[in-house]
Order: sequence, then structure tokens, then C-alpha cells
Amino acid sequence: MNIVVVSSSKVGVKTQTATKKVVGLIQEHYPEASLTLLDLKELDIVFSDGRNYLDYTGDTGYVTETVMDADVIFIGSPTFQGSIPATLKNIFDLLPENALYHKTVAIIMTAGTPKHFLVAETQLKPILSYMKANIVPNYVFIEDKDFVLQEIVNDDVLLRLETLVENTMVLARTYREIWRQQEESYDF
Amino acid sequence: MTENKNYIPSFDPSKGIEFGIYTLGDHLMNPHTGKRISAQQRLREIVEMAKLADEAGLDVFIVGESHQDYFVSQAHRVLLSAIAQATTNIKISSGSTIISTSDPVRVYEDFATIDLLSNGRVEVVAGRASRIGLFELLGYNLRDYEALFEEKFNLLLQINRSESVTWEGAFRPPLNNAHIIPRPLRGQLPIWRAVGGSPGSAVLAGRAGVPMYMAHLGGTVGAFKNTLAAYREAASESGYDPATLPVATAGFFYAAEDTLTALREYYPHINEGMKATNGRGFPKQLFAQAQDVRSIINVGSAQHIIEKILYQHAQFGQQRYIAQLDFGGVPFDKIRKNIEIIGNEILPAVKKYTAKKED
Repeated sequence: MNIVVVSSSKVGVKTQTATKKVVGLIQEHYPEASLTLLDLKELDIVFSDGRNYLDYTGDTGYVTETVMDADVIFIGSPTFQGSIPATLKNIFDLLPENALYHKTVAIIMTAGTPKHFLVAETQLKPILSYMKANIVPNYVFIEDKDFVLQEIVNDDVLLRLETLVENTMVLARTYREIWRQQEESYDF
Repeated sequence: MTENKNYIPSFDPSKGIEFGIYTLGDHLMNPHTGKRISAQQRLREIVEMAKLADEAGLDVFIVGESHQDYFVSQAHRVLLSAIAQATTNIKISSGSTIISTSDPVRVYEDFATIDLLSNGRVEVVAGRASRIGLFELLGYNLRDYEALFEEKFNLLLQINRSESVTWEGAFRPPLNNAHIIPRPLRGQLPIWRAVGGSPGSAVLAGRAGVPMYMAHLGGTVGAFKNTLAAYREAASESGYDPATLPVATAGFFYAAEDTLTALREYYPHINEGMKATNGRGFPKQLFAQAQDVRSIINVGSAQHIIEKILYQHAQFGQQRYIAQLDFGGVPFDKIRKNIEIIGNEILPAVKKYTAKKED
């Protein structure tokens, strides 16, 4: 299983902190999985100009190919202006339209206030659906007061992250088996 | 009605739909054996494939231009020239020539020359390129992707209309009453616009009043019918009679003794070939839908393919169908077998049932 965790904020440390926590949980519970953290804060990515994802070079090519090779993707997203950040939308724009076909995708949202709880539902999930992702229904929403410096201090959130990782892996493994059986049934 | 100044190839409806083969000149491993033939052997086999198509009575043989890894068709005009020498009756076309990154004057000189050598059998399909490596390779800026194509395609059409050309544009030095020779046997070449299924590109083809060559990978016939409708509507709005504008459709094709054998044999070629050239495999579910007449993928037994092409013809009303049967390292004995099935079974049937009888 090829797992990619995307930390899609270039601002602050909340999303980074949450995604690093997810990385730690995956390493702890699924040590056999291949795992990559894409921290957009550390990468220099160009805007999409419509070319095939294989034709990008440098960090951009690295990110597009890594995402395309993933079986499971955890997207950590901050909330900017009531929506996802441009850095994350650009990753989607760099990829082909059915890029998330047969990929299981989980969401971790961070935000300043609970007013943004539905941003993942209204802004992010429609994009993932359009790109044919197998979306994990529940996501983890983490607000400002759940963090102290670079640590999550709300036990409830920490347990929800554990649940998300477990549910995502169960869904990914189950669907992989379902897809395998489906393809086998074609008999060619 | 607007007078169409473009040269429009003629199709005789009483003879039924034209049938051709196209190759992109891909040079890929045969997934069944894990081996890849040499570039030299692949090039020779493409010429041999054209000879077999000619002998089997097919109407047209088409070679695309590609500058990517895993292809041998960088110099597609040279390859088409060799095919012209090796064949007698079959029409020879590019599919497509990336006019955006070529000089239309040189393109025209080359194709007119091949046309004379082949006794007037040449056509040109001009396209925009689906991959963009050649922009950097040949010194062009990807920002000019659309503008380069439109300017150079229009210049190519202008050269076709007139031997003496006065022209000025942004991407090529001006032409001042330039004499562009040799001229093709019939004075002009059929020039088509390649469309990858995007309605926007089809609209531009319709507005220009040029024939459309539409390539497709997978999906429903209905989805591509929308692109055709956009083309014909745009042509009509620009004052051209859509009934006078030919359309060709082109896509995956593979025939075997039964449909399951065809799917089993061809799917690994498509899936592995797409992985190597496009990064991702071809969804098996989409390929399995070839068993349904409504899917655009023409893979199956001869009878199944005949039914599919007739269905597509009823929906599209196209003048020409082009089969891509060699993608992804298909071994030559299978290519030969496919051409035999086309020549002996599929071609006579689809021509018979698509021929318009005189009232």
C-alpha cells in the first residue's frame, strides 16, 4: 500500500502539526506501508499550465508523480477565506481529471473557528468526487484552540485522528480487494 | 452559404464508409513476452503493415508524429515517404502532423513531394500535440500553444489554396509573394484538423470549414456524438453546409476469433502501453465495456466489430473510420491477422451496409 500525506499549507504550523501526527500514526500502526509526506511548505511548485502531469519538472513533477502513484492519500488542509488554500487547489489542477480513480482519500481540516466545519463538505469533497476519489466519509476537523504551539492538546481530536487513520486503511484495503475481484470477474 | 475555400476531399456515398489504419509509431514492449523489438525493426514493420493494408484493400494508412520516449515516429514525413514507395493504391496520411512546432512551408513541400511520388495519394491531418515535450525540444514556448497552432494551421491552408503566398504572422518570418512548390498532383491536398474529443477544438474546425479527424480512447459513442454535433453546428453557423464536410473517427481496434480472446490479447498492450506513455494504465472496466455496442472501443470478434462500426456510423454519419490496432507492442503476426480479418470480413460488411443506394 502506497500512502501519501499532503500538508497543503504554506502558512503557520497547524496543518503541518496535524499531518505529522497522521504520519506518526501510520508509521506506528502500518509500518509495512510505503509512506511519503508532501509538505507544500517545503516544496517549490509552479502553477498548472495544462500540460500532462509527467511533463512537469523539479518539485512539481515530484509531487504530481508521487500523488499519482498513491493508493491512499491523507489531505491536510487549512481554511483560508472560507475555503481550501490555492496551494491545494493547484495540486488538483496539475493532475488529470480522473486522477483519483481507485485512490482512497481522507481529509484533515484545520481552521481558526468552528464556523468553518462544513468547508471540507462544501469545498473539498466536490473536487475529490469530480476526480473520482474513493472518499472516506468522515473527516477530522481541528480548530485553533486544539493546538498549543506545535502540538495537538485535545485528546478527543487525537482519538479522532486515530479513528480516521484506521477507517481509511480499512476502506482502502477493502476496496482494493473489491476492485481486484471486480477485475478478475471480467475474465481477461 | 459561405464559399468554402478549403480543398475538401470527396467521398462516394455509394461505396460506403472508408476504412483505414493509423499508427502513432509507438515503440513499446510486448507485455505478453516482456520484449521490445529494435527501432529499426519497428519502422520496417510499420512500412510492412502499410503494404498489408494496401493489399487487403483498405482505403487509408495514417502515421502520427510524436517526439516522446517510446516512439519512433519523430520523422513521420520520412516514414510516410517510405510507405508511399512501398504501396500502390492506399491513401497515405499523417495523423497528426504537429503543425504548431513545424514550419508550414516545409511541411507543405514535404507532403506535396510525397504526393507526387505516390501518384496523388497524400492527405494531411494537422494537430496541436497532446504532449508538450516537443515545444522545448524544438524551441517553442508552451504559452503559445493555441496561438501557434491557429496561425500555422491557417498558413498551411493558405499555402494549399495558392502557389504564391503573401503572409505575415507572429511565429514565422513573413512571406512576400513566395512561390511554394512543388504542387500536389490534384493542385491541393486534403487537410484535416485533428480533434482529441474536446468540443472547443471541434468548434474551431467547424468554423474554419475544414474536415475533422476525431480520435478517441474510450467512453460512450454518445459522448463523442456531442463533439461531432458541436463541429457541425459551428460549421453551419459559419455558413458551411455540414453535409459537405467529411468526418473521420479513430480509436482502439482489435479483432480475434471471439470477443473474449480479443479483450485478453489486446488489454495488456493498451494497459501497459498507456502506463509507459501516459503515466497511468487503462481502466479495465472501461475496456470491458467494449463488449457493449454503445462503447466506442472496437475490440472483439469480426461480427461484434461490424455491429459496432455500423452503430457508430448510424450515430456519427462519418465518412471514414480509422483503426488503431498496433498500440503497445502488438507482435507482427497479430497485426497481420487483424488486417486479414479486416480485409476478408469487416471491410466488405461495413462497406456493404453503409453504402447509400441511389434513389
